[in-house]
Amino acid sequence: MKCVLKELSGYKKELILIVLSVIGTTMATLGLPSLLMRLIDVAIPQEDTAMVLRVGGFMIALVAFGLFCGIATSKLSATVSMGVGRNLRSKIFTKVQYFSQTEIDKFSASSLITRTNNDVTQVQMFLNQCLRIAIQAPIMCICGIILAISSSPQLSGVLVISIPLMAVILVVIAKIAVPLSTKIQTKIDRINLVMREKLTGVRVIRAFGTADFESRKFEEINRDYQKTNKKLQRTTNAVMPVLIVILSLTAALVMLMAANQSLNKGIDYTVGEIMAIIQYIMQIMMAVIMLTLVFVMLPRASTAASRAQEVLESETSIKNKEETKDNRDKKGYLTFKNVTFRYPGADKPAIENLSFEAKPGETTAIIGGTGMGKSTVVNLIPRLYDVTEGQVLVDGVDVRDYDTKVLREKIGFVPQKAVLFSGTIDSNIAFGDRNADEERIEEAVKIAQSYDFVMKKEEGFNSPISQGGTNVSGGQRQRLAIARAIVRKPEIYVFDDSFSALDFKTDKSLRQALANETENATVVIVAQRISTIIDADRIIVIENGQVAGIGTHKELLKSCDVYREIVDSQMGKEGE
Amino acid sequence: MSKKRKTSNKKGAYKRLFSYMKPYRGRLILAILLIFVANIAFASAPLLMGNATNSLALLLEGGKTPEALGSFFTFLIMMIAAYGLNALLSYIGTWLIVGVTENTIFDLRKRVDNKLAKLPLNYYDTNAYGDILSRITNDVDTVSISLQQSIYQILNAVFTIVIIFIIMLNISGVLTLVGIAVVPVALYVSSKIAKKSKQKFDAQQKGTGELNGFVEEYYSGHNVVTVFGREDTVIDEFEKTNEELYESSKDGQFLAGTLMPIMQNMTNLGYALVCVVGALMAIIGGLSIGMIQAFTLYLRQFSQPLTQVMQITNVIQSTGSAASRIFEFLDEQEEVPDAEDAKFPEKLRGEVTFDHIRFGYLPHQTLIHDLNITVGAGEKTAIVGPTGAGKTTLINLIMRFYDVKGGAIKIDGVDIRDMERSRLREIFGMVLQDTWLYNGTIMENIRYGKLDATDEEVIEAAKKARADAFIETLPGGYNFVLQEGAGNIAQGQRQLLTIARAMLSNPPILILDEATSSVDTRTEVMIQQAMTEMMRGKTSFVIAHRLSTIKDAENILYMQDGDILEVGNHEELMAKNGLYAKLYNSQFSDKAAD
Repeated sequence: MKCVLKELSGYKKELILIVLSVIGTTMATLGLPSLLMRLIDVAIPQEDTAMVLRVGGFMIALVAFGLFCGIATSKLSATVSMGVGRNLRSKIFTKVQYFSQTEIDKFSASSLITRTNNDVTQVQMFLNQCLRIAIQAPIMCICGIILAISSSPQLSGVLVISIPLMAVILVVIAKIAVPLSTKIQTKIDRINLVMREKLTGVRVIRAFGTADFESRKFEEINRDYQKTNKKLQRTTNAVMPVLIVILSLTAALVMLMAANQSLNKGIDYTVGEIMAIIQYIMQIMMAVIMLTLVFVMLPRASTAASRAQEVLESETSIKNKEETKDNRDKKGYLTFKNVTFRYPGADKPAIENLSFEAKPGETTAIIGGTGMGKSTVVNLIPRLYDVTEGQVLVDGVDVRDYDTKVLREKIGFVPQKAVLFSGTIDSNIAFGDRNADEERIEEAVKIAQSYDFVMKKEEGFNSPISQGGTNVSGGQRQRLAIARAIVRKPEIYVFDDSFSALDFKTDKSLRQALANETENATVVIVAQRISTIIDADRIIVIENGQVAGIGTHKELLKSCDVYREIVDSQMGKEGE
Repeated sequence: MSKKRKTSNKKGAYKRLFSYMKPYRGRLILAILLIFVANIAFASAPLLMGNATNSLALLLEGGKTPEALGSFFTFLIMMIAAYGLNALLSYIGTWLIVGVTENTIFDLRKRVDNKLAKLPLNYYDTNAYGDILSRITNDVDTVSISLQQSIYQILNAVFTIVIIFIIMLNISGVLTLVGIAVVPVALYVSSKIAKKSKQKFDAQQKGTGELNGFVEEYYSGHNVVTVFGREDTVIDEFEKTNEELYESSKDGQFLAGTLMPIMQNMTNLGYALVCVVGALMAIIGGLSIGMIQAFTLYLRQFSQPLTQVMQITNVIQSTGSAASRIFEFLDEQEEVPDAEDAKFPEKLRGEVTFDHIRFGYLPHQTLIHDLNITVGAGEKTAIVGPTGAGKTTLINLIMRFYDVKGGAIKIDGVDIRDMERSRLREIFGMVLQDTWLYNGTIMENIRYGKLDATDEEVIEAAKKARADAFIETLPGGYNFVLQEGAGNIAQGQRQLLTIARAMLSNPPILILDEATSSVDTRTEVMIQQAMTEMMRGKTSFVIAHRLSTIKDAENILYMQDGDILEVGNHEELMAKNGLYAKLYNSQFSDKAAD
């Protein structure tokens, strides 16, 4: 809740105004019965018509004032709660943008999405619903108590019994209801998860003919949800009846006490006084009920808030040093010196003791099994992760000594998963270099073998790309991601398994076109296909995080068993 | 015109929603009766309290006479009894209603779930995933939440309004007129506001959707933003969307928030007017103080249900559209049911015949023009062609995800349309391009191929698929729980699991849809060995890039632009020197360097 309070403190003026407007509303609401009391106790017995009209006029003015205050409260609380939501969201988003991959892994992208979207919305809705109540209830309580005691301290004594009784019952109900409502949330999540899975797996489910199994599974969780929900609702539904009973008993008690005191102790009460006190007491108890509501909603909002807080509190592990270096004399040099990398919490290093040097114009290829640490190696170059031991040098400078911005400007990176963003083809390519002109973009697209399919589209370069780039095929997406890197004119190209969705023909022509472009740059390619990397100056074979061999295709064929195995599997010689 | 249809849609939706409650109508009617009685009890309570006050006044003025004391106590006890009765009956009423609504929602979800299994694949392929998902999750949630909340509230509110209105009329017609004169004004104003705030809410809903999409997109693509150093641009754009959302939601929440103070103060105005008129009437004579008291209490109770009705109207609006979206889904055309006198090959050998097949996804589109081929039992068929050539179409047809438009597919001489779908699909084992796994343990996921398989059989299959080695390294081994979409293991590992799953089911015909495209080459060697073993003696269809799988296939189907252009074995097609030969040579030239 800390981050929420911090954001709230930015709205001091509004909060003070809310307190004032709520006091106004409360006064207006409580004032009416007291004015009625005056009518009943004074004006009617004295048959003072003028006074009736005067008091009446005052009542109407009070209503107008109450209306004004009520609307003002609504305006202010909407401003504050939505403002807090906006600011929180913006802070979280900004924070996440500068997270390193380590923090993203720690939270997982999907959890960060929930935290930025749903959790903040939760907090915001809670504030909007509860800000008014949280301020109004105590004020109503205090005003009510003052008014009640000032009318009759003796009768107000009833509150000493009723309020604790009510509070205890509400707390007991809440104790049962809150855990149930948390359970409900996980159960509805489960239902929706199964629904999503059924949708994505519709072919598999039909292929395996498991429709019955699936519907039994769903029936079970559906039934489970239904039962818990019944329990929850039947618990919370008990609140109102119980409160009504307590309220009526309290009212009866007040009347009894009044009768008793006036008959036996000689304390005089007017009927108006008694009625007013009953109404005050009811107000007070209503305020307590409202406050309980806040406390029932609080746990959920505070969980959401603390999830948001966690994001805001984690520091990115990859930061610029105070003094950063750069080397403008060298361009396109990449060196790995005894590099070892271990993911946080992992037993075994993902890559161990890797060393190589690449110069401009050279191509370095990395090949090896799935999950063997190939991507890890290339992720170290733009400093998505920091090495555990050893050094990665770009142009002779340790990547950790660079301003990350400067470092990354030298690199054209094509990730394994070709992510595009919604926008147009043009905006996606220009994402690589905001200063790129049309000509350059076209050139990059041509090199990436995408010109034909782009021009085939009705709107050409302005054709829309939907979220995640789902409206172009996998191969096209990959080629556009490549164009995005090319447009940068980087010193170092990194292709992380970026040719996998291309057919052999496109793969080949793309690499040919790329060769001219990368004359003065160094190229690092992670690949599965031998054909993609056969001409590389240096092939690094990685097996279980260890370097199994480094050399050219020919050298490795002679010296490296693992490499030979890979080659055999792809050249169609297996199965003898 | 379209708007009109929409509203009638909604009306139909409410009706249909209520028809879902039919099985529980006995309980519902009982609940309504109980709530009605509870409301009468509740409404009579202030009257009793007024009477008690009057006797108290007598008691205070006239001293401790036994009659006064007696009637004071009687009214007091009656008042408590009235409230007590209200509490008891309304609780029983809500208890029953909870049962009715929860059962109804349960049934609704079940219907939706059943529908999922009955829709043709075409529905899933032609409708946006997000849209279907939103119907079967969000819309169902909306309906269930509003059913839970609104039925009791609306019954209670309506009864309260009616009963209180009658009582107030009984006390004083004039005061009633004065007291509720402001109600129409209040209703008018608040309906205007509700309309306005709905617009803002829609804008907010849209804004939230946009923002969520934006966040999702850039968080998933975080590494791209990082490596291109474009954090600042992305943040700027986010701020813009965020600000828009802020503006619309602030206005929406403000407007919605004014409803309550307006209703409340409008009734307060009525209250003030009643006080004045009542006091004047009392002075003129004819109205007791106790009655003024009681009347004002009733009037105060009048405002709450009115506000409630206003709010519920909004909820009901959104329920209506959600419900009609669900019903649209439930009314989608289902798959043609299985033939009544379903046939099945007497002896299953695995011969597949494509007899003059014509097919296209859209009504007037023809992709496959005339495919004729018989795949003998135990033969291997490779499907090749450039990306996007529609290679999965054939699979869609064999598994009868889609029905052919002309001709027939026969397995061992029996038209697949004459078979039961479930039995037909049992014949096939399939490894699809998208590796679908579900949130559950690895053991459960593999067992999906054969639900009654023992743990040993599952492990056996995993070993055959070479998945055992990596499974053992996971924390918990076979009990390792996969996340939704199995995001917590690598793509290659996912594929190994789906292969294990197919191995476990051990069917006579295999369909391998680019099974090995994302498994690394070393693992692929092992898989291929296992697959060769699995394929032995079985008919198999393989969509593949690898030359080794293509070359030794008995049949090769070359596909392009959705149609099958060349059919034959490797030698025949090479001799033909057509499209296949061209494709093959383009791949082979790369490898010539070897």
